[in-house]
Amino acid sequence: MTTDTIAPVEPALSHPRDVAPPPRRRRFRNLSDLHGRALVVRYILLVVVLLVLLGPLILPLMAAFKSSTEPIFGQSVTLLPQHWSLDAFRTMFEQTNMVRYILNSLIVCALSVGSALVLATVGGYMLSRKGWRGRTVVFLVVMSALIFPFESIMLSLYAQVQAWGLYDSLLGVWVPSVLGPFHLLLMRAAFLGIPDEIEDASFVDGASETQRFSKIFLPQVKGSLVVVGLTAFIFAWQDFLWPLLVIQSDDNMTMMLGISRLEGSFGTDYRVVLAGAITAMLPVVITFFFTQRYFFRGIEEGGLKF
Amino acid sequence: MSTTTAPVRGPGQGTVPSGTGTPPRRRRTRRPPEVRNGAARYRAWWVPWLWVAAPVVVVAMFYLFPFLNTFFLSFTDASPLSGQGENVGLQNYRDLLSDPVFWNAVLNSVVYALIVVPLMVLLPLLVALLVRDKVPGIGLFRSLYYVPAIASLVVISLAWSAILRDQGMVNVALMDIGLIDQPISFLTGRWTLLLCAMAVTLWAGIPYYMIMYLAALANVDRSLYDAAAVDGAGPVRKFLTVTVPGVRTMMTLVAILVTIGSLKIFTEVHLLSNGTGGIGGESQTLTMYIRAVGLDPTYGSLGLGSAGAVALFLMTIGLLIASQRLNADSEN
Repeated sequence: MTTDTIAPVEPALSHPRDVAPPPRRRRFRNLSDLHGRALVVRYILLVVVLLVLLGPLILPLMAAFKSSTEPIFGQSVTLLPQHWSLDAFRTMFEQTNMVRYILNSLIVCALSVGSALVLATVGGYMLSRKGWRGRTVVFLVVMSALIFPFESIMLSLYAQVQAWGLYDSLLGVWVPSVLGPFHLLLMRAAFLGIPDEIEDASFVDGASETQRFSKIFLPQVKGSLVVVGLTAFIFAWQDFLWPLLVIQSDDNMTMMLGISRLEGSFGTDYRVVLAGAITAMLPVVITFFFTQRYFFRGIEEGGLKF
Repeated sequence: MSTTTAPVRGPGQGTVPSGTGTPPRRRRTRRPPEVRNGAARYRAWWVPWLWVAAPVVVVAMFYLFPFLNTFFLSFTDASPLSGQGENVGLQNYRDLLSDPVFWNAVLNSVVYALIVVPLMVLLPLLVALLVRDKVPGIGLFRSLYYVPAIASLVVISLAWSAILRDQGMVNVALMDIGLIDQPISFLTGRWTLLLCAMAVTLWAGIPYYMIMYLAALANVDRSLYDAAAVDGAGPVRKFLTVTVPGVRTMMTLVAILVTIGSLKIFTEVHLLSNGTGGIGGESQTLTMYIRAVGLDPTYGSLGLGSAGAVALFLMTIGLLIASQRLNADSEN
């Protein structure tokens, strides 16, 4: 989560929003010189790669829709269910602690998104402002938190969480995602991108620091706020290693931890595990499809890893 | 930035009290001196610190302190239950370096990197080239391609664990076409388990790095391809002489990120082996080793685990420095 971000990244290309959209009818004519057979070959390739990339993910998950009389392993196994059924999902919700897992994950996500947004905005804003002593020091301190991988601090963080009495609690899960240093730097960069003239004008108008922040600056960084919120959400939802370290009781497990334990705790019916996997995957994938331009922006701007 | 004295039109203009007698209007509309100096913008020196206090405290408490504490713990015999322990000097490091399980984990990580890095540098680039041209519908393809990267490692690992087990689809299919008589135990052999985990890493990583390459490819001058075509270059030649030099910086970056990522692999191996790291933990990665020796409820030693964490950190830093050197060399 941390070292992924320090290496230099190629300058991000201009975002789609910065480029005036080409006239609709001519949209594709200038962008692609593929015609006729070449175009057909291109589409065939695109579909083949699509199958290769998505097949190994979707096909095994399909077994969750098989009815309980159908085998999911062994010689007579079929690729797709012969009798589609939602039994596995019903079993999952009725006989496992899944509802609790989902609730726990949502709580951790809400905490993480809230804290990351507030802290990254406030801190990133002041780090981007000139004219106060110590900003370079603070900036370097935050930067230095990006050098080491999370895996190298997880043990001592664990000891700390235990000392604070947060072991086996959702607050303990929250700890490393309260504020990613990267979020702070992303917001700082966003505020730096606002022209000085705008701030100078607000000085002249006698706006106070808080007014300048809320009226002038905050409205200009909405896009970056979305990127921060989304990545905080995805990270909190998908994190596995840290909850695995600090959560012990079933009632406090997050979604990812919960579904990884289903196989052991739920006998041999792997259908239920796969149903859990689908349930865990859907919220993120749906979110992604509605907000994808922010995802791609996040990657291009900072090599941010989900 | 010019120090203009012209009246500034702004929304707050009307609210400035014009006063009586000599209106201070001229002075008010002039840029205040503090703006020109770029100093003393705030009511007091501590106002900016008030703003950054909370974020800095969080970063210090949850990142920097644990980091320093890792070094401290690695010189003690602290256990996961007792917390702080006695100073034992370099004993943990001696134990670490003489632990065959540690070297085993290092070897696993090195093999992981050796296989994954070249594939992860090349395959996403090829996919990016495929989705670069803006043919109708390309946006949908790009989005769908990205789904494995967003689907979470846990989900992919659980799905693959279903098809790779002894009675899973892969073995069944291989037996059906007569390639093998007995199912292959992919998930128990040391190297087959690691290979399966690598496949998961690749599947989840290709779409992610594809997007990074797309950004880099946008900066490659298209006319170079035409020039190469005039010189009679085929697709392979164009790839090697135009594409690769054009995205070389990004290729280096991807190589560094993936190498460091290989040191940190955890979820894939953990889930494909049901948390054991293979028979006797022989497929354990470095992160699994740190967790296992550090947090084992009975035999755990936070000290030894922290020594492993320090080793992981040093390897990461070493790789970063080495890559910087290589980069600097290749640019000269």
